[in-house]
Amino acid sequence: MSGAPTVRIQREDFDVAAEIAKLTEGRADIGAVVSFSGLCRDEQGQLSALELEHYPGMAEAEIARIAAEAIARWPLQGLTAIHRHGKIAPGENIVLVVAASAHRQAAFEAANFLMDFLKSRAPFWKKEHRADGSDGGWVEAKDADDRAAARWTQSPAD
Amino acid sequence: MSTRLIYFAWVRERIGKPEEDVELPAGIETVADLLRWLKSRGEEYEHALQYPDVIRVAINQEHVEHREKIAGAREIALFPPMTGG
Repeated sequence: MSGAPTVRIQREDFDVAAEIAKLTEGRADIGAVVSFSGLCRDEQGQLSALELEHYPGMAEAEIARIAAEAIARWPLQGLTAIHRHGKIAPGENIVLVVAASAHRQAAFEAANFLMDFLKSRAPFWKKEHRADGSDGGWVEAKDADDRAAARWTQSPAD
Repeated sequence: MSTRLIYFAWVRERIGKPEEDVELPAGIETVADLLRWLKSRGEEYEHALQYPDVIRVAINQEHVEHREKIAGAREIALFPPMTGG
């Protein structure tokens, strides 16, 4: 991939269509764009908001490291990762990954890889605010997320 | 030389501050040594670091294992497993 990936950590929302357009604008060599958006769920009406804490500086650096690994691994023509922080209400965006390539498989796999590693290695922590006004506490990390990231380092024989 | 320690999420809440500068005593060579020493500094640290195995650590903004040497670290961050995405 020529050029650096776009990595942004921001409080404000993002526009999925605009981010895709930025990757594809003026180019005729891209044949596939895969985007993944992660949104805040209301957990059956029990959640009023998520508070996302992050490690400024390292959050950008770590996502950039994961993006560089994806670029080394797949023939990509564009890559964007945006992660929000602060208070996020149900229905709002939290994270966006956009991968562009000549053929679809590289874009699908790179977006999947980026999300798996972003969940287990990017320094963000979610705290729940409950709809009844109580503090829901910190969200616990899931073993399933670690397993999802680990599958990218297993050999095909595993 | 003092080292900046930074805490996040429930580690920050339990210790009761987001960061501090500390003078590390002689003999603190690895991340595991640091966690053991910090844990002995008072009950808030004891509470935060009760299960050191779950604590994730970054030196100069890069993830490290507990066996990593901390010589030359400017900034060491302690935090729970990450839950972004």
